[in-house]
Parts: sequence; structure tokens; C-alpha cells
Amino acid sequence: MPGSAAARSNYCANWSRAEPSGVSTPQTSSPTNGPSDGRNGGPNSGLTVRFSGIEKRYGMRMALRGVSLEIGAGECVALVGHNGSGKTTLLKITALLARPSKGQLTFSSGNSTLSSDDIKHRIGMVAHNILVYDELTAEENLVFFAKLFNLPDPVARARQSLEPVGLSRRASDMVRTFSRGMRQRLAIARALLASPQLLLFDEPAAGLDPEGQQWLGATLSKLHAQGCTIIMSTHGRNETQGSVTRAIRLEAGEVTHDSGPNGDPYGVLALAAVRETAEGDAR
Amino acid sequence: MSLVHATATILAKELRTEFRSRELLGTTIVFVLIVIVLFSFTFNPTSSESRRFGPGLLWLAFLFAGSLMLQPSFLREQTNDTLAALRLAPIDPFSILAGKMAANFLFLLLVELILLPVFAVLYNIAIFPILAPLVLVLALGTIGLATTGTVFSAVAAQARLRELLLPLLLLPVLAPVLIASTEATVGLLRDPSELSPVWLTFLTSFDVVFLTAAWLFGEYLLEE
Amino acid sequence: MAGESESRIPSGPAISWPSVLVVFLLLAAASYGALIKAPEEATMGLVQRIFYFHVSSAWTGFIAFILVFIGSIAYLRTRALKWDWLSVASAEVGVAFFTVVLVTGPIWAKPVWGIWWTWDARLTSSFLLWVLFVSYLILRTLVDEPERRAMVAAVFGIFATLDIPLVYFSIWWFRTQHPQPVIGNGGSLDGRMWQVLMLCWAATLGVMALLIRIRYRLEAMRMEVDALRLEASRNSR
Repeated sequence: MPGSAAARSNYCANWSRAEPSGVSTPQTSSPTNGPSDGRNGGPNSGLTVRFSGIEKRYGMRMALRGVSLEIGAGECVALVGHNGSGKTTLLKITALLARPSKGQLTFSSGNSTLSSDDIKHRIGMVAHNILVYDELTAEENLVFFAKLFNLPDPVARARQSLEPVGLSRRASDMVRTFSRGMRQRLAIARALLASPQLLLFDEPAAGLDPEGQQWLGATLSKLHAQGCTIIMSTHGRNETQGSVTRAIRLEAGEVTHDSGPNGDPYGVLALAAVRETAEGDAR
Repeated sequence: MSLVHATATILAKELRTEFRSRELLGTTIVFVLIVIVLFSFTFNPTSSESRRFGPGLLWLAFLFAGSLMLQPSFLREQTNDTLAALRLAPIDPFSILAGKMAANFLFLLLVELILLPVFAVLYNIAIFPILAPLVLVLALGTIGLATTGTVFSAVAAQARLRELLLPLLLLPVLAPVLIASTEATVGLLRDPSELSPVWLTFLTSFDVVFLTAAWLFGEYLLEE
Repeated sequence: MAGESESRIPSGPAISWPSVLVVFLLLAAASYGALIKAPEEATMGLVQRIFYFHVSSAWTGFIAFILVFIGSIAYLRTRALKWDWLSVASAEVGVAFFTVVLVTGPIWAKPVWGIWWTWDARLTSSFLLWVLFVSYLILRTLVDEPERRAMVAAVFGIFATLDIPLVYFSIWWFRTQHPQPVIGNGGSLDGRMWQVLMLCWAATLGVMALLIRIRYRLEAMRMEVDALRLEASRNSR
């Protein structure tokens, strides 16, 4: 682990830029975040996810065919592939939003396998949609979700979560009035509320301006540095790929390339970028 | 998090959202008023005629209003896919349905209670002496309306033509509630006023059957 | 291959000739019984004979809707699409039989009472059930994806069938409070009339079973065609 940490920081030095002024990046957990949520393996460890023969069928269409992977704790995985390759489906299944038609999904933290009740507390998802209510304020949204996640002192927790994403001043404003970048930041605050050990991002950079993308990239490297397991689907080259440790390419629901837990992800990422450009030209 | 606690949290959120804008409540109240006025042109609202036709028209108005007002219940959750956010939380999926059912019940009951005195004045019906049993009938009927309506709102949200679909699904299923509530109300307006045990038991059975069905099968509607 | 689908088309011909023959014979026997053999009813005369098919259709339609209930629950339990095929087939056949009820009712009522329709308990309930399951079928046409359609139809199907006894009771009790002319034999039936009625019922049940099987296979084949179409469009790229 220490060796790869040094290697990781090289990539971070190459790819991440300075954070936009005035905005700090959020953390997955810190000792000041209230009492422990009963996790094993220390406050900063990530979840291990194992997919065994996962299939997902929608009607007659196979969205995923026999995906078998193991993603270890602390990995930062980029899922690449065109639209319809199964990236979103895989993320949804990992988030327990969709059930696989076949196959098994196991989560473990440290050495113990987790039951499904445990898991939802430990997963944060940032999806295509922002997953917050337009007709509530930023703070009300976070308080609501903090309560649903059974977090102690939801109001304080919500206020704390707004600060790292730079929305503290807009806490009492309706989400309806937010810009795209602010909405994305609130979505991330929501995902981080319960100090998750596994973060799922579905094309997080989509619709963000370059400054927003920089901030996102810096955020991801901070989270990764804290040991959170991250799985993110991405489309082409952007700022978010700085902390990636592994790249997996999906095509038509199958894994075609996997750089593996110790390999070089940039080969796969480059291949995916080339493929997408070629297809874009062909159309 | 326990089912009751999660339901209460979701109920609070629904109430907060609605009472902030009050647009749904306001619109529904005006809609029922329009229906009540229009109905007045279809018969001669003398006291005895009103007692015969009034309850049926009132309940019909409530059913129509309900089938329109229950639409947004799940449609709202589609805007930013907040339904997924709810399903990500470690709560019993049924609490999502239950919270919305409770909220819809309260909204509908509020609309009905506001319109009851208006109706009484416009149609010359004395409701004060029978207020308590009348509210009981209202509540039992509204539970049936809110329960089935919320479930069907989740059904319609997944289909096309959902504005038209919800009344299409809801009204036939609620026909027994219409019959029972109307008859019970007519009984109350008779002289001497009588509260029919048959219809009350029937309404309660309807509510129990569909609450149980919603509990057993409702969550399937939330899955992907 | 379309064989990726879990549900397969049942093998063999759509309907076996022996079963068609049996149903045909039953129908013939029932018609003979109803139209010729059964004793003529005292007050209503010839037109009363339609009652045998009117009542059999109502009972059979009712059973078809019970099958919708079974199919819906089974689908939610197993997620095997074949149960959804059973549900849609049974719903359509049930609606068909209740259409027969709604048509034979007025045909009966007009000569006997001089009015086309009376809001009597059975006819009104049949009408409501008819509307209810037509709504079910309309719901199905408004959802495109097969698994989602099966799911929402199953939930609505369960609610609709649970509503059936509630509909019958509420309308019946309402009618006892506000009586109307009753379309049906008010009094008891002659022994031979019972026999003919049972025969008619058996015949209509046979027709129901045949129609459901045919419709079930049609649905299965539709899925197969859709799958092949999808495969073809994917390969042509």
C-alpha cells in the first residue's frame, strides 16, 4: 500500500490543479463528525465490492451480461464505455437501487461480509439527477436525508455538510434557484452526509464548467486519499480522472478491458477515448 | 430506522412542501367549489332534494378532486429522481408509500372539512347536529381514497398519459367507497339521523383490505 | 438468441384438436339444452332461454378475473413473464365474457320489462367489473417496457380483483335499500333448468380455457418476435 500511495500522489501531482478559491473539499469522515457509525476496520477504510456473474435484463434487452469483478477497498475505479454499455446499470445495482436478474453482489468491510441493512448506510451516490428536492432549501434537504439515514443531530450534521461544498451561505435558499454547479455540489454533500465508505458517481462532470470540473477533480482526490472506495462512470477525458487507480471498460454489458487493481488505468482510459472519437467521426 | 419514524419524517417533508406553496390545496379547493356550483344547475336545490342528491354529488366531487390531486404525489419525485434518493436511504420502502398516503389523507380531509360548511350553506343542509358522525364517514372514506390513490399514483407515474390514467384507474376501484359513503351520509341526513353500521363496517373493511394490499404489494412499484 | 428470455413459448400446437372438439360438443349440447330441451319458463317465455348463457358468462368471466389475480401474484413472486401472459389473456377473455353479459342483459330485459336497462345488482356489478378490467387493459397499453408493464399491471390487477367482492357487496346492499327490477329468475330454478345451466357453464368454461390458451401463446410469440426484431436491428449495424 505505501508504494502505491507514492505512485498515486505522482498522478495527483500531474493531473489535479489548485482548488478554486474559497471552496474547500469535503471529507468522507473525521473524528469530529460525531460518534462512530459502528464500522469495522477504522474510520477511513473503504468497502470491498464483489460482483459474481451479474446479469441485468430489461425486457428483451440485456443491459449487463455476466459481469464478475472485485473492487478492493480504497480503489478509485473509472467505468468507461459508450451510452448503453451498462455503466449506469452497474452503478444502480451497486447502490442497491436495482436488483440483478442473475448473479450475486457482496460487500465487505475489513474482514466481515455485510448484510444489506448495513450497506445502505455506507454508500453514497451521485447520480445523473441531483436527487434533492427543488422545493426545499439546501439545509432542509440535508436535514431530511440526515434523518432518513438515522444520523445523530441531523441539523448540525446538515450545516456541517454544507460548508465543504461551499454552500453554507445559500443554506436557506431553495434548490430551485441554484445553478447547475451548485446543484451538483449539493448532490455531493447529500451523498457524503453519512460518511460513506463507498462512493458511486454517474458521470459527475457532465454539465459542469471547467472551474466546476477542477473542483470536482480535487474533491475526488481528497476523498480517495482518505481511503474511500470510489466507482465512477466517466465519458472521455476530464479533470476527474486524476485519482483513478483502475479503469474498467464496458461494452454491450460486458467487461472488455480491466486494468486491474495494480495496473495502469491510463491505457484503458486512452483506448476508450480513442474508440469514442472514432465512433463520433463515423457517425 | 423504524417504519413509523421514517413514515413520520416523510410525512413531515410532504406537509412542509405543500404548506409552503399551498398551490395544490388551493387549486383542489377551487376545483371542488366549481363542481359544487355546476351541480347546482342539474337539479332544484330545495331542502328535500338536496338531502337526496347532495351527498352523492359531494362525494363525487371529492372523488374527482382526489383523483386529480393525487397525481403529483409521485410525479414530484420524478423531477430530480428524488425517488431514487428515498430508496437509497436505509428505510423500509413501504414507509415511502405510507408517508405519502398519510400526507394525502390529511390534505384531502382538510379540503373536505373546508368545503363541508360551504356545501351545507349552498344546499341548505344542516350539518352541525350530525357533525361528529359525518366527520367519521369522511375520514373512513378518505382513507380508502388516499390509500388506493397513492398506490395508483405510483402506477400511473410509470405509464404514459398519466393525467388521464389516474382517474381511469381510481374511479372504478373506488365505486364501493362512493356507494358506501354516500349512503352513510344520506342516512345521517335523514330525520331521525341514523349512522348505518353496515356501511361503516363496509368502509372500514375496504380500508383494511387496501391498506394491507398496499403494504404487501406496494413496494414492488418502487423497484427498478 | 431469443432464448435468453426466461419464459419460453409453450411447445406444441396452439390448440389440440381433441380439446377443440370437446368444447364444440359441449357448446352444441349446451345450446341444444338451453334452446330446446329446457322447460319453457312460465312468465317470460322464449327469451328467458338467454338466461343460461347470461349467467354462465357472468360466472365464467368471474373465474377469468380470478386467474388474473393468480397470475398477478405469481408474477410478483417469481418474475417469470409467463404469469403476466396468463394475466393479460385472462383479463381479455374475462372482458369478452362480461361483454356478453352486458349485451344479453338488455336483450332479455326489453321484451320482459319493456326497458333496455335496469340498474339491478348483477348487471350493475358486471358493468363496473367490465369497466375495471378495461382500465386494466388500457393501463397495459400505456406502458412500453415488458417487465415494467407486467409489474404495474400485476399490482393494479391485484387491487382490481380484491375490489370485486367489495363491488358486489356494496351494489347488492345498495339495491336492497333501493330496489329495482331484477334481471334474473327471481324465484328458485326447476331441477332440469339447473342441469342445463350447469351444462352451459361447463361449455363456457371450456371456451374460456381455449381462448386463454390461444391468447397466452399469442403473447408469448409477440415477445419472441420483439426479441428477434431487436437482435436483427443490432446485427444490422
